[in-house]
Amino acid sequence: MLPGAGAELQQETHCRYVLRLADTSLVLGQRLGEWIGHAPALEEELALANLSLDLIGQARLLLTYAGELECRGRDEDALAFLRDAPEFFNLALAEQPNGDFAHTIVRQWLIDAWQLEVYAALEHSSDTRLAAIAAKALRETRYHYRFSSGWLKRLGDGTAESHERTQRALDALWRFTAELFAPDEIDERMSRAGVAPSLPELAPRWSARVAEDLRAATLTRPAAQPYPWHGKRGVHSEHLGHLLGEMQHLQRTYPGARW
Amino acid sequence: MSAAVSDPHARSSATARAGGAAAQVWALLAEVPDPEIPVLSIVDLGIVRDVRVGADGRLRVAITPTYSGCPATAVIRTMVRAALDAAGLTDAILEEVLSPPWTSDWLTPAGREKLRAFGIAPPENSLMSPRQLLGSPAVSCPRCASRDTTRVSEFGSTPCKAHYCCRACGEPFDYFKCL
Repeated sequence: MLPGAGAELQQETHCRYVLRLADTSLVLGQRLGEWIGHAPALEEELALANLSLDLIGQARLLLTYAGELECRGRDEDALAFLRDAPEFFNLALAEQPNGDFAHTIVRQWLIDAWQLEVYAALEHSSDTRLAAIAAKALRETRYHYRFSSGWLKRLGDGTAESHERTQRALDALWRFTAELFAPDEIDERMSRAGVAPSLPELAPRWSARVAEDLRAATLTRPAAQPYPWHGKRGVHSEHLGHLLGEMQHLQRTYPGARW
Repeated sequence: MSAAVSDPHARSSATARAGGAAAQVWALLAEVPDPEIPVLSIVDLGIVRDVRVGADGRLRVAITPTYSGCPATAVIRTMVRAALDAAGLTDAILEEVLSPPWTSDWLTPAGREKLRAFGIAPPENSLMSPRQLLGSPAVSCPRCASRDTTRVSEFGSTPCKAHYCCRACGEPFDYFKCL
């Protein structure tokens, strides 16, 4: 190994880890923005837009940091608007289409519960910059989770129609949850360095929270599906390309366009 | 600074000058309004974290965002820069800090009163209060002070507000939410 190669690899891994967090927030924020003008009620439209704004704000902090770690001179805009789908490392769950309101709520609740665990652990990261971003994001995530878990219970334990739609959304999205806590070599290397938490250690807490909410919502937890998606390795469902097509259209058509 | 260090009198007067400069800058920042809630200054809001003169003699002003995605953050940065420049402090450095994260607990008592007078209910519970975990706090109407109010929406016109309505006087109002 060349001198310094170990440090370089560590830096690259670190950058990739931060990009994964950033991309999950950015892609989910973009999805929520699609509700503007279409939400079932004004209050819920405000809520989804506010969630979107927080998530995009978190993504901006994380993307800026990832750009600095990368040392290739890419800023938050270059990273958000000029990468193609295989260079995005978000959880595959985040890119799934909105579907109906129940579908959006289930997706949001699953990711909110995941972010709660991840950000709470990252608040104690050896990386003080990441810890500061996580501490900020955690407070916002708590508010998001209160909203999404509240709706999950109201819809699940609501009318026959709302129950059925929420269960259907849960059944459809559950297969993407195996990725949330499946560590790969990047997660493991970051965990050993004290930067990231150990995902298998966080999994039971997420699982217990999810089980408790599902009970309150009178919903049935689908069977475990062991095959994880690999969104965080850049392997995506077809939906991400369409999302990026819309999100990146302006910068792709008019490179360097500014306000 | 290095030349002044050898002379204790010179140093103390430099420190006094620095302290005076900081106080002046705080006063200056107390005149910069929040762009979305203009009755509040950014000092009332609790987002000015530090004003100090660095070892290099340059003034440093540290501000922190309220919400990570708050669109006002960029406007506030521009307004602070303009205020510093207008006061002749063109070489002052504007820094952004994230830690410790801003919460509604950073709102000053004066800021809370200004909010109420403006018709926005200030945050009711400290973030650390166990009531906060139980969901919706009892919020007093900023118009008639009745506690018989109801939450219309957990989200409002800006990231920092929720929407409420008073059952006693019928007034809809914004609530500066606890984060």
